[in-house]
Amino acid sequence: MAGIDEAAMGRIFRDNSGRSVATLIRVFGDIDVAEDAVQEAYAVALSKWARDGPPPNPGGWITTTARKRAIDRLRRESRERELLGRMAVSSLGNDDHDIPEETGPVQDDRLRLIFTCCHPALSTEAQVALTLRLLGGLSTEEVARSFLLAEPTMAQRLVRAKHKIKAARIPYRVPADHELPDRLRAVLSVVYLIYNAGLNSPTERGLCAEAIRLGRLLSTLMPDEPEVAGLLALLVLTEARRASRIRADGSLVVLGEQDRSRWDRTAIEEGQRIVRWCLRRNQPGPYQLQAAINAVHADAATVEDTDWSQIVALYDQLLAVAPTPVVALNRAVAIGEAHGPEAALALVHELDLENYYPFHATRADLLRRLGRESEAAAAYARAAALAPTDAERDFLRRGGRGHRP
Amino acid sequence: MTRYMLSVHSVEGEVREPMSPEDMQHSWQQIGILEAEMKSSGAWLFSGRLHEPETATVVRVANGEILTTDGPFAEAREHLGGFYIINAEDLDAALALASKVTRVIGAPIEVRPFADFADEPKG
Repeated sequence: MAGIDEAAMGRIFRDNSGRSVATLIRVFGDIDVAEDAVQEAYAVALSKWARDGPPPNPGGWITTTARKRAIDRLRRESRERELLGRMAVSSLGNDDHDIPEETGPVQDDRLRLIFTCCHPALSTEAQVALTLRLLGGLSTEEVARSFLLAEPTMAQRLVRAKHKIKAARIPYRVPADHELPDRLRAVLSVVYLIYNAGLNSPTERGLCAEAIRLGRLLSTLMPDEPEVAGLLALLVLTEARRASRIRADGSLVVLGEQDRSRWDRTAIEEGQRIVRWCLRRNQPGPYQLQAAINAVHADAATVEDTDWSQIVALYDQLLAVAPTPVVALNRAVAIGEAHGPEAALALVHELDLENYYPFHATRADLLRRLGRESEAAAAYARAAALAPTDAERDFLRRGGRGHRP
Repeated sequence: MTRYMLSVHSVEGEVREPMSPEDMQHSWQQIGILEAEMKSSGAWLFSGRLHEPETATVVRVANGEILTTDGPFAEAREHLGGFYIINAEDLDAALALASKVTRVIGAPIEVRPFADFADEPKG
């Protein structure tokens, strides 16, 4: 039988470790025990599979092996009376049987795990780190690198978060219906944060793929939640345009100047299909509306072909459910396209976004279109001074053309 | 079951809308109902309200001697005003109770688990 190389092993690990860890946390009621056992099982698999090739169900093999390892270890440490006592009754006495794969309860474990990782009693930073570590299967070093932190700092953050889960007894369960909307918002925002961390970092593109994987997992686990589908559509549609969004030198390309032939049509079709499903559900929320706006952009062969009145209508809805100045600014940009720069500028001037660089970039663009060149130049300078990355600063110093994507 | 302390924090010198006697009475009634509920469900273990921080005295060992000083230990503007000690199934259950209390009394509440030897940090 053919062996398996380390890259293939890495893929198997990424695809399966979250499920194994989630199952073992339920069985042993302890995150550290679960993580260590799954790590050990992969170490065993690496040498065994390199020789014999992987078993037909690698994920199931890992979970079973990890569970045996964990029980052995708990016995060795003679803590079995204390910890084995906490094990779920169903898992006792059948050490040698495979855990059934892809059935309801197994999937629920990952859902439980993501709600625990994203519990509001944990800081947002801890929620993101735990989700990437436990569900994404990233190593502590990879998580640290993603957020430009030293590994010991990230390790400390993870240890503290896991200690809080245990000490404060943050529950391992899917929230009850009445809590679900709030708690789900936290989960979706963590996935969205992970995507944006990847989008805004030239070196950590892997985070975008990880966020989309989490988005797909959530939409498999919660197929009836429109906002879950909306987030997935938003990520898929944003990802479809990512390659055309950044030049080789790292500078940003605004939507109007993007090479639309480089947009990923397959991804766009998937995103639009999900958006249509959301429209049929007719329970709009912020992610669905942002996805719908992206879907309209993706429909247009050129920026001039864009159905701006449709985009304005979607921003009206978005502003109703998410009344933030940033949404109002984006709506003003759409008004500028639909009804001209004068109408947009009047709206922009009502906003209090003095320290938000896209505010100044938008003002600059509108002023330039109105022929008010010196005011435009001052606004570009203000925007450039506030821009967070070199790419954005360069773009603005060039007196950026078009509007922000 | 985990034991939690719900501590009620008050900010020194914070001017609050003065309550009318009716509101005050209503608020006390609500607290009474809530505490009765906590007692009958078995969650309530102990609770108490404290006098103002000026009534506090601190003792400490300095150069081997006990030193007694007037005033609260922390020089912060926020002080413990009172607390509940409760039993709860998990953090969500404790937070649900704390949410009810904070609604009635209008002051923020810190929810903190009691430590036992089994759950000290490992790393």
